[in-house]
Amino acid sequence: MSATDRYDLIIGIEVHAQLLTASKAYSSDANEFGSMPNENISTITLAHPGTLPRSNAKVLEYAIKMGLALGCEITEYNYYDRKNYFYPDLPKGYQITQDKTPICRKGQVLIKPKGGVPKVINLTRIHMEEDAGKSMHLAGEEDSLIDLNRAGVPLIEIVSEPEISTAEEAYAYLTEIRRMVRYLDICDGNMEEGSLRADVNISLKPKGQVEFGKKVEVKNMNSFRNVMRAIEHEVERQSTMLDAGEEIPSETRMFNAETGLTYSLRSKESLNDYRYFPEPDLQPIVIDAARLATIKASLPALPQALYDKFTGQFGLPDYDAGVLTDTKEVALFFSAICEHTTNYKAASNWVMGPVKSYLNDLTMSIEQLPISPVTIAAIIKLVDDGKVSYSIAAQRIFPELANGTKESPLEVATRLNILQEGTEEDLMPIVADIIAKWPQKVAEYKSGKKGIVGMFMGELMKATKGKSDPKMASALIERMLDQQA
Amino acid sequence: MSLALVPTSFDAIRSALADGSLTVVRLVEGYLANISARPELNVWLEVFAEEALAKAAALDQKLQAGTAGPLAGLIIGLKDNLCYQDHVVTAGSKILAGAQPEIKPFVSQFTAPAIKRLLDQDAIIIGRQNCDEFGMGSSNENSAFGPVLNGIDPTRVPGGSSGGSAVAVQDGHCTISLGSDTGGSVRQPAAYNGILGLKPTYGRISRFGLLAYASSFDTIGILANNAADIATVLGVMAGPDGMDSTASERPVDNYAAVTATKPTAKRIAVLRNGLESEAVAASTRAAVADTVQKLEALGHSTSVVELEMLDYLLPTYYVLTAAEASSNLSRYDGIRYGHRTNKEVDLEGLYKNSRAEGFGPEVKRRIMLGTFVLSANYYDAYFTKAQRVRRLIRQEAEAILANHDYLLMPVATDVAFKFGEKSTDPLSMFLADVFTVQANVVGMPALAFPTGHTSEGMPIGLQLLGRPFDEAGLLALANSL
Repeated sequence: MSATDRYDLIIGIEVHAQLLTASKAYSSDANEFGSMPNENISTITLAHPGTLPRSNAKVLEYAIKMGLALGCEITEYNYYDRKNYFYPDLPKGYQITQDKTPICRKGQVLIKPKGGVPKVINLTRIHMEEDAGKSMHLAGEEDSLIDLNRAGVPLIEIVSEPEISTAEEAYAYLTEIRRMVRYLDICDGNMEEGSLRADVNISLKPKGQVEFGKKVEVKNMNSFRNVMRAIEHEVERQSTMLDAGEEIPSETRMFNAETGLTYSLRSKESLNDYRYFPEPDLQPIVIDAARLATIKASLPALPQALYDKFTGQFGLPDYDAGVLTDTKEVALFFSAICEHTTNYKAASNWVMGPVKSYLNDLTMSIEQLPISPVTIAAIIKLVDDGKVSYSIAAQRIFPELANGTKESPLEVATRLNILQEGTEEDLMPIVADIIAKWPQKVAEYKSGKKGIVGMFMGELMKATKGKSDPKMASALIERMLDQQA
Repeated sequence: MSLALVPTSFDAIRSALADGSLTVVRLVEGYLANISARPELNVWLEVFAEEALAKAAALDQKLQAGTAGPLAGLIIGLKDNLCYQDHVVTAGSKILAGAQPEIKPFVSQFTAPAIKRLLDQDAIIIGRQNCDEFGMGSSNENSAFGPVLNGIDPTRVPGGSSGGSAVAVQDGHCTISLGSDTGGSVRQPAAYNGILGLKPTYGRISRFGLLAYASSFDTIGILANNAADIATVLGVMAGPDGMDSTASERPVDNYAAVTATKPTAKRIAVLRNGLESEAVAASTRAAVADTVQKLEALGHSTSVVELEMLDYLLPTYYVLTAAEASSNLSRYDGIRYGHRTNKEVDLEGLYKNSRAEGFGPEVKRRIMLGTFVLSANYYDAYFTKAQRVRRLIRQEAEAILANHDYLLMPVATDVAFKFGEKSTDPLSMFLADVFTVQANVVGMPALAFPTGHTSEGMPIGLQLLGRPFDEAGLLALANSL
């Protein structure tokens, strides 16, 4: 019997998302990843005597966007709080955050876990805060190094209710959060660089028990995969302890990606008293209806709305809609094709087929594709008009376009001499020749082996150098075979 | 008494410069002579003599050429908790000056924007003035660099925390001083030294570049010999500033013009305690009564009012300012600048030792008090309650000023006290601020002005509290008395 047969798994996730603002949350210092250490620091970031924070309006806008996208209530009267603690990478000795008045409350995330059923995860809150700097404790070095480039970078913290029940759900939840911040273009969602970070609160309780067990917070996972591994390890660790009648101490644990294990960082009992109080250096912010309306109007199309449009208006299968809305860029690209064609399924096939595999081969993103949506629509038209077959278009025309040719698909087809030629009348004598050449095969066809048509098609294509319209040709072959005595 | 003859008002300086009877260099030399004459007063932590003289010489040329700014001839002393680019700033503390000789004192990399506006109009800064550490004190005995002495009677305190700034103006070391007022730190020393001191409305002058003590109380204040000088300086410093989100966007009044005009008939509330309380010295009570008579003679009406919340002013003030201070002073941790212990310790030891060696006892007391009132178990009992009481105090002040234009009361319960009189008893020192903290708790402007002397020759100061942003009215009324 596995642990999850005996215990319910209770997971809540806190996601920290670094916002893609040009400057920091409370200073004009650049918000840039990858600068030289301590390059993006002014007297404000350094907390020099006499400096004061000043709010970056974009931070508020981005936080509200996320809240609106997730159906949160937006808090009208906001103030900031100070969270006080000492650490060398926290220059002011406090972090500016929101304790009592998170900008967003409630809200929901619809997750579609692999192999599971779709589920709604409720959010507790989203609040704005600033990041701390980075401390580096290099092996063998006596001194620690501090890089304050990150100090003051704006964050939103998205806190879920403890409603996530499996590692797969956690994965799906994070996938949704990342997809949303990327759609909104407020965070690059890069876990490896730490611009999206997840702290996971995990507890187990025996099946049927109402009250929750002691929760353990796990940090330091730098990929979704590692979040799952950390959860799986904690289930193992905690259930073993519970089976042995041990108590789970409430604590913060670090995940080690090399071992796949977690280790204790600090006990929650020795928790800091952060002495939160309202930040007196920043004015409270009142979000009025007009401002909210402006931000609402600026929201891009969101994944679920696009999904509904693709399956509804465009009549695409769920699978297609899921793939096409996976990232905003693909969804936008696809939508752009659909402005120039009504053959939505063909557009979907092109994006999911030749376009995706080309991008995958070259590990490119869709914005880097040298073929425009209008051009894809033009290829679709070429196929629909019977000028080329889909496979010829995909194998011959698409690569030419991807190589950056300035020609139109029609011009490419003309240059490559692959435009389908010939009316039925042109093809009839050729088909007649082939039929005459293969009496045995005709007999096989007559005896019911209909698949033999493919062989005749192959011969026809050989004779016409592939330029016959396959649909028309195969219909013609069948008709002429049927006419044989 | 000042040795060198320097004009006591900026108006007089301007006309002397205009008629050629004075040059900026001679003016600065006069101030420098006065400064050198009384080193025992311990007013200055640093005098920028050469720099000020060089600037004065350049300014004399500009005056000749007719290209000098409007504040040419205004020589300013800075309380040492105000930032002046490329100059040391210590807040009267070893945590910034360094408690060991190998640690260099902290040098500011910028000038406070409000002060920059003065410099842009050709004012000159002559030096850094001694003060209570981080503005915490009422007698200037809390400076890491020793106390400032009262220039009128050196056995007495100059008041605090802007003690050096007040003595500097009184003793003719500079034209005006810039100080800071969190609970009376400009007005009380002004009163103890017989000069004027303005605490503007909270947010009227940008706080960027003022070393924070209690952010929601702190204001930069102006100390001067007369209301006109304060009006001139305030008019330049006041106004919105992108670097301080708590600075008001409200347009700036023409303070100088209003100050020069005779005020219309005003309704003035007079605090009963100032007239009757046994806790207030008889000479101070008499000064209040005299001023009431003078006001009525000038056509104003007066009526006596009570402050129901008077007993709650100090507890509210100390709980909230200590809370904010405990957080504001966290940045002084020995990591990036300022004093760092030279003991071999771990990280926690580095914090503890650096701060223990760098901060003085009063600052430590308030950090501990503030940490206590913000701690999870006591937060609601102290901090939350004090915030509520603050609202009630503000409502009471608003109610009084709904029916009156100004509220008149003493600055302190008595004139400047003798050294050592209160320094052993922090509570009695705290009580000295009873009348001044109200203006900071409610954020309203208040102006301290001199009204006479005791039989011993010590100046008595009273203050007027006004509605938010009525600095012009306060200055005009005080100017007319």
